[in-house]
Amino acid sequence: MIVATQKPIEEIQGFLKARGHRKVLVLGCATCVTVCNAGGQREVETLASLLRLADDGLECMEKTIERGCDKEFYDGLDELVASCDAIISMACGVGVQLAARIYDKPVYPALNTQMMGINEGAGAWSEACLGCGDCKLGIRGGVCPVTMCSKSLSNGPCGGSQDGMCEVDQKNIECGWALIIERLKTLGQLDLIEEFAPPRDWSKMHDGRPRKIVREDLAGDTE
Amino acid sequence: MSELKSGSNLEKMLAAGHFAVTSELGPPKSADVSLIDKKVAHLAGSVDAVNLTDNQTAIVRISSIASGKLLVDRGLEPVVQMTCRDRNRLAIQADILGAYVLGMRNLLCITGDHQCFGNHPTAKHVFDIDSIQLLRAVKDMRDEGKFMCGDEIRQGKKGELVPPKLFIGAAANPFADPFDFRVTRLAQKVAAGADFIQTQCIYDMERFTEWMKQVRNRGLHEKVKILAGLTPLKAFRMAQYMNSNVAGITVPEKLLKRMEAAEDGPAEGIKICQEQIEQLRETEGVAGIHLMAIEWEHKVPEILEGAGLLPRPTL
Repeated sequence: MIVATQKPIEEIQGFLKARGHRKVLVLGCATCVTVCNAGGQREVETLASLLRLADDGLECMEKTIERGCDKEFYDGLDELVASCDAIISMACGVGVQLAARIYDKPVYPALNTQMMGINEGAGAWSEACLGCGDCKLGIRGGVCPVTMCSKSLSNGPCGGSQDGMCEVDQKNIECGWALIIERLKTLGQLDLIEEFAPPRDWSKMHDGRPRKIVREDLAGDTE
Repeated sequence: MSELKSGSNLEKMLAAGHFAVTSELGPPKSADVSLIDKKVAHLAGSVDAVNLTDNQTAIVRISSIASGKLLVDRGLEPVVQMTCRDRNRLAIQADILGAYVLGMRNLLCITGDHQCFGNHPTAKHVFDIDSIQLLRAVKDMRDEGKFMCGDEIRQGKKGELVPPKLFIGAAANPFADPFDFRVTRLAQKVAAGADFIQTQCIYDMERFTEWMKQVRNRGLHEKVKILAGLTPLKAFRMAQYMNSNVAGITVPEKLLKRMEAAEDGPAEGIKICQEQIEQLRETEGVAGIHLMAIEWEHKVPEILEGAGLLPRPTL
């Protein structure tokens, strides 16, 4: 899922103060950011209360929609949005942008969108996919070198791998390539390591332009 | 002697079977050329070629290629280090052509330290390609006359094919993990195009010896020239620091004790280094040493003199 964390409240208040907004809609999302306890209904209530407490007279309305990255879930919000000066979105960056695309009102982010990650237990997540558009997990034992290696090496590990840990942070970051090697050993596929991995096609990733996908099989239906 | 790939002094030295000696020069963190002049004065005549680090430990310095030009002008052969951290494949290939036309003939292809260790930790790193892909790219440029995209290295269809003829180096760290994989990685680098290897600095001779055994078992010492990395210890404190703070380096207890007990730390450090050289010269498959006397370049002639490696052969 998409993992996000809340911005410092001062930064959020700063958006409002800078433009003198007095009536805002705090808009949550009931999908990923609810699961990671960053921007669901509960966090909307808390943030709205805190903003009211800190600024007497600030009017904060609250709403949480099912999925902030899908247009249809904004249906029925027009009146509410029309009545306020600005939206504070508690969705991930995708939701913030979709709201900004729909409404002629300022939309401010309450979260910093962090990553696509795995839930590692209460309050812990780790990054697991960078959305490179050219998945090599099939030949890397299900461990992603682009994400799990601090240098995204295609042919690793580098000389900074120590006792299974990455020199970038030997206490907290595992060497992605040590994980790959261990996993391939377990699977009996270590031969895959010796093969030269050619330079990646980064054009399939974000590099250079925002990606768009149109699936003819699906898009055709809407015509 | 088989046909030379680059004609560099280092290549000739190794091809002739001499025990080669390279050293390292960290370019200044300012535009002060006199610092390079000083180091050049210490190293000239004592070593076969000198590595120029490329923003080592991710700290901004005069670029390795610009420093390489200064060395070429001063008659000292450079080994230009090139990391994958700061440039994409366009810049890498442009810089390779640039280094070549400025007279540089040796290129060491390395991944590069992560930017978090340096003085710009908030920088975006590149790693468009990795060190093994870089080796392959330089080899293909030299031997196939082709850029990474497949285009030929010529100016237009009728232009002459003018590829950069470089002697290609790679790094190896026998002390990193997983240990069993280190020789596999060396084999990958040799297959990708490495002509010579410079290792991480060695203190743990036992583990290095074990690594060399694995190297010989795969016959890699016959395909690539291996220069063993050495960094003389200046003091007990330095030995402790290297042991506990530098990832991938262990200084064995025996050496720590010797440095601690020594009345004259620097002299003991040099003695240890010379003993290592003696042992390395006897090790099958070691073709030379890479002496990285960090901010101690003026000691290089003394170390080599005592080790019986001076004067250097001239070719």
